Amino acid sequence: MLREGKYNVREFLAFTGASVLEDKKTVFVGTGFPIIAAMLAQKTHSPKLVVIFEAGGLGPLLPELPVSVGESRTFHKAVAASSMHDAMSLSQAGYIDFGFLGAAQMDMFGNINTTVIGEHDLPNSRLPGSGGANDVASFAQRLIIIIAKQSKRTFVNKLDFLTTPGFLNGPNAREKAGLPKGTGPYRVITQLAIYGFDKKGERLKLISLHPGVSVDEVIENSQFEIMLPDKIETSPEPTDEDLRILRQEIDPAGIVLGK
Amino acid sequence: MEVLKEGRGELLGWHDPDEARDWVLKNKSRELKDKTMSVKEAVSRFVRDGDFIASGGFGHIRVSMAIVYEIIRQKKRNLVMAGKTAVHDLDILVGADCVNRVEVAYSFGHELRGLSPASRRMVESGQCKVVAETSNAGYQWRFLAAMMGIPFIPSRNLLGTDTGNYSSCKVVKDPFSGKPINLIPAAYPDVAFIHVHRCDIYGNAQIDAILVEDFELSRCARRLIMTTEEIIDNEVIRSEPWKTVVPFLVVDAVVKVPYGSHPCEMPGMYYYDEEHIAEWLSLSKTQEGVDEYLSKFVFGVDSFDNYLELCGGMKKLDYLKRREFLKEPMVAPWRR
Repeated sequence: MLREGKYNVREFLAFTGASVLEDKKTVFVGTGFPIIAAMLAQKTHSPKLVVIFEAGGLGPLLPELPVSVGESRTFHKAVAASSMHDAMSLSQAGYIDFGFLGAAQMDMFGNINTTVIGEHDLPNSRLPGSGGANDVASFAQRLIIIIAKQSKRTFVNKLDFLTTPGFLNGPNAREKAGLPKGTGPYRVITQLAIYGFDKKGERLKLISLHPGVSVDEVIENSQFEIMLPDKIETSPEPTDEDLRILRQEIDPAGIVLGK
Repeated sequence: MEVLKEGRGELLGWHDPDEARDWVLKNKSRELKDKTMSVKEAVSRFVRDGDFIASGGFGHIRVSMAIVYEIIRQKKRNLVMAGKTAVHDLDILVGADCVNRVEVAYSFGHELRGLSPASRRMVESGQCKVVAETSNAGYQWRFLAAMMGIPFIPSRNLLGTDTGNYSSCKVVKDPFSGKPINLIPAAYPDVAFIHVHRCDIYGNAQIDAILVEDFELSRCARRLIMTTEEIIDNEVIRSEPWKTVVPFLVVDAVVKVPYGSHPCEMPGMYYYDEEHIAEWLSLSKTQEGVDEYLSKFVFGVDSFDNYLELCGGMKKLDYLKRREFLKEPMVAPWRR
């Protein structure tokens, strides 16, 4: 388990999300953690990171945490307040470096389910569906996925519904299906570790363990086999300044990060 | 063209392009005429049982709630709704048993606030059917194809996924590149309702915010009800015509409803009423709670002003204005 104390798991996830983003790039963000991670990245190592919202907010200076990806905060001091057609067309045409999504269920190829648990037509649990996720994952050059609770229930062999494309069923499957060349999942972040994808098989591969987490924990909390690297790194930790920004500037009410 | 794959989703609101043109020729007036009317008249004239409906804005932003409440009040039934990131509007309309079929891009959730108890209950018990899946761009481009008067738009999303398999799209081999390409069918909603910052009596409208899908939706819906915060002179429209995002040609009704998006946000004017949304999310955990909410806030009021009074009146509305301009701190009463 992550060694808490200085920070809680949710703060660590937000920090880790920010740490994989890069300056002078574009990031298309979904609700919750992805927005917080992009805000932290902008306030620390990536001041020129351009945040794109699906409903039309392009390059805002976010004054506080938006509750929705379509509200006025998402185009506060933005370079443009345009439309979904504009945001989605720019994405499809190749202007998005990072896509950043939260997910409920994922398989070893980075495919995501946010539609149903159970049968589609009469589900045990109905979830919101794709939203912009299928679009971001189809169009963004590199997709980052946050799953706040990695377990045998969320890292599964077979998804109940493949809402959003990862590497589909393995090497070359995306291109074969007609998805843009060179796109696909890049990083997966959970409460336990940071993962990438093996080049050959397009399968999930461990990169680093969070402080206090063991390899066994990572293996136990997944239905599928996770590939292991020769050398396992330790994930970087947030500084006091990172935590101050998260707590005081980004989510003072503790809506996503907790108190 | 070789069809490689066909989605199994129901094809909602598609019309042959010549038939769609014919409908426009016969039903859409070219005359600059006063289209102002009451909420009651607009809904009784333009919303029919069984219609395919679509709401403007996005999620809890710039939603024509005055029309949503009136649809419930007039007990419209068997409506099919575009779940094009339809959140609060769809949740209440499904909960009130007005909508019983949905094509979903994003529905049954309130984004950061969590999932929607009322509409999920209806889907999980089989009382509301999800007839097709798509994505946000998928819905957006259904409207784009329709406003262009063409049968479909090619795209590179939805490919390889169950979202595509359960959509109404077809995958074909692109005759230019030779690669698989997704064809998104046009969608012409029977009626759409869109809330704007201001328009004239003819329906020429300005929106001071992201347009989301309203540029396309306003032009592809067969009937368009426009609710507005304010009615302005045609001269004002003509002095800055580049600000017009919806021209009168596509508009059927103009209804003035100040604060007409409440409890949803109106960008640059008032923020979400989180307290009210939290009350709905809490009450809607049971069907009795849904009934209690509706009898208090929908059936129990005789005007939108009356409703606003019940929600806290001017004091609340002033607070929502200050909150919109970041002069009040964030609150999250729906958070457990």
